[in-house]
Amino acid sequence: MNAPVLEKSLQQRLAIVDCDIHPDQKSPATLAAYMPERWREHAKTFGLRSRQGLVGQLTHPRMMANGRRADSFPPDGSPAGSDLGFMRKQHLDPNGVEVGMLVALGRNGMEEQNQDFATVLARAVNDWQIEEWVKPEPRLRAGIIVTQENPQEAVAEIERCAPNSSFRQVIISPRTTEPLGRRRYWPIFEAAERAGLPIGLHPAGASGGFPSTGSGWPTYYLQEHYSFETGMQGVLASLVFEGVFERFPKLRVCFIESGFTWVPAVCWRMDKHWERMRKEVPHLTRPPSEYVREHFWFATQPIEEPEHPHHLADMIGWIGWDRLVFSTDYPHWDFDDPRYTFKINLTERQRAMIFRENAKALYGLQ
Amino acid sequence: MKVRPGAIDCDIHPAVPSTPALLPYLPDYWRDQLVNRHIDRSPFVLTSYPPNSPLSCRPDWRPASGLPGSDIDALRRQALDAFGTRYAICNVLHGAVALFNDDMAAALCSAVNDWTAKELLDRDARLRASILVPFASPEHAVKEIERLAHDRRFVQVLMLVMGDALLGNRRFWPIYKAAEKHQLAVCIHAGSTFRTSATYSGWPSYHVEDYVANSTAFENVLVSLVAEGVFQQFPTLKVVCAESGITWLPTLLWRINKEWRGTRAEVPWIDRPPADIIRDQVRFTLQPLDAPKDDPDKFLRTLEHIGSDRVFLFSTDYPHWHFDGDDVLPDGLTEETLQKLLNDNALETYPRLRDAGMIAAGKTHTSNEKI
Repeated sequence: MNAPVLEKSLQQRLAIVDCDIHPDQKSPATLAAYMPERWREHAKTFGLRSRQGLVGQLTHPRMMANGRRADSFPPDGSPAGSDLGFMRKQHLDPNGVEVGMLVALGRNGMEEQNQDFATVLARAVNDWQIEEWVKPEPRLRAGIIVTQENPQEAVAEIERCAPNSSFRQVIISPRTTEPLGRRRYWPIFEAAERAGLPIGLHPAGASGGFPSTGSGWPTYYLQEHYSFETGMQGVLASLVFEGVFERFPKLRVCFIESGFTWVPAVCWRMDKHWERMRKEVPHLTRPPSEYVREHFWFATQPIEEPEHPHHLADMIGWIGWDRLVFSTDYPHWDFDDPRYTFKINLTERQRAMIFRENAKALYGLQ
Repeated sequence: MKVRPGAIDCDIHPAVPSTPALLPYLPDYWRDQLVNRHIDRSPFVLTSYPPNSPLSCRPDWRPASGLPGSDIDALRRQALDAFGTRYAICNVLHGAVALFNDDMAAALCSAVNDWTAKELLDRDARLRASILVPFASPEHAVKEIERLAHDRRFVQVLMLVMGDALLGNRRFWPIYKAAEKHQLAVCIHAGSTFRTSATYSGWPSYHVEDYVANSTAFENVLVSLVAEGVFQQFPTLKVVCAESGITWLPTLLWRINKEWRGTRAEVPWIDRPPADIIRDQVRFTLQPLDAPKDDPDKFLRTLEHIGSDRVFLFSTDYPHWHFDGDDVLPDGLTEETLQKLLNDNALETYPRLRDAGMIAAGKTHTSNEKI
């Protein structure tokens, strides 16, 4: 939903790393092929159990085509993002995607309440990413989906998948049942750090048990969509204040689909109030903003669009030009089109960093 | 930098010294309830503001005993005389609003407001106040507004940013209707009744996390007020975000405009870009100034991003500790912006501050006005 203003200096052919592409299954049966018989039956009989009031439907209905670009459904009517050929034709080829990072939402283990089923789902979705996406399309890379509420199984899954270098990150839901920095999640961070993989955090559809805001549930999807950003601020503060980066100094985190212009302000707030209250968090040895500068990356979509476009450059400068990685969110409705995403003149260097090099460095992409 | 004399301080925090101080202001039933159940032995301090936390009171403002802000003589000296303040708006952050019993909360809020009138407003003509309302119960809140609206020293209605529902929700509209009718602003103050966690992934471990999270609550509450159409329904209503911080505002304005562009079919009553609505009808108090002190350019750039110097109201947030000495203002503001920040914006936001005389009907109070 970018305003249709072309970035002025856009002349060269695009060659991008897209850090947020959503593959989908043709049908629930797609994943069944990757599950033991006992769980196929379970999936059919009981289905997914997440913390929301409707089956297979979000309680904040999306704005268009169930949250997908209306033109992103393959000609045979199968779900958006479920057909590799169509994804190539509509997105990977014309938008010059050199590398695409898969973020497999929906039927995965992150939001499932039945812990054993969650483990099976995560395994299935990970194997499915490799077999049906990465093997046939070498431009794509997979993200290890883990069941963050069951850290022991999450660690086992990281260890199972990490040897396959097609997996370039560990994906967990930010809508956890405790703030993400708390110690119950530390085994996951330890395993990710050991495997040299960043943690990718992408807004999930269902809650971990808490309303989308500190003041309760939103009424409209407008509000729910907005809360992706405020929710991530809480996640960022938790990771910092709990001392995760003191314990895991090589851990890297990428926030996907939360925008980024909010980062300087929350860093300033954390620094200011930490200054007063540092005795409460003596395990921090540095101002909070320094952990953010060192350990966090931010995927650009949905990019903030200031009324005066040049204000965006202030924000990027304050965050660090080396800390943004480009993402489209294909095939979702709020897709950022790489041709229209930036309304400011980027230098060639800045363009190369944001569209390619930062992501290659973060994810170790060749 | 220092503030010049004559400013209007839109957020100070006197405290009721103890619960027994409220007993004379309570009806018999509630007085008995409090005494018999030993409720009067509890201080009604909000978890958002632990009294001994460094944030809750500046070290040189901390009283030898008692709650920060509970000594009115100290308050007059430290919050009013020291800054040459013309008016200061008292936001008494009393814990009554966190009770689940709406009737008890309402009785205590009324007692706090009557105590405020007698112990603060009657004693210093520079003071103005907010009407504390049990906002979880709009029915009670409206009754309280109606009860006190005649006293024009009350200039706004006070609620917390984190309660059990987003404040744009229609159940709260009677509060906005009453406020608009009586030319009262609605002040949404930092803090929570802890009905739900401050973050969408649960209860933070640390006080500092909770405090930082206030700004995200303000974002969501403003998005709620806009999305539900509160500003269309109440076009002359002013909403004041107090102790909210400021530097998150550019992102809010940019994101909410973009959200609206993508979702306007869902909220067809929004008839213009939400950022413009917010600039017209929402105000923000200055402290805590959450921009880096050692790099004033960042704050000035942020002001430019916000694109309006009409939205800020001067505040010290006394006795909370956000600055030292008299260094209450950011550096580098133009004279025009200063004039708006210190006086004009407040006079525009609070019609009741423009009253000549400002004497409450039927009340007598000693004049201690210094300016």
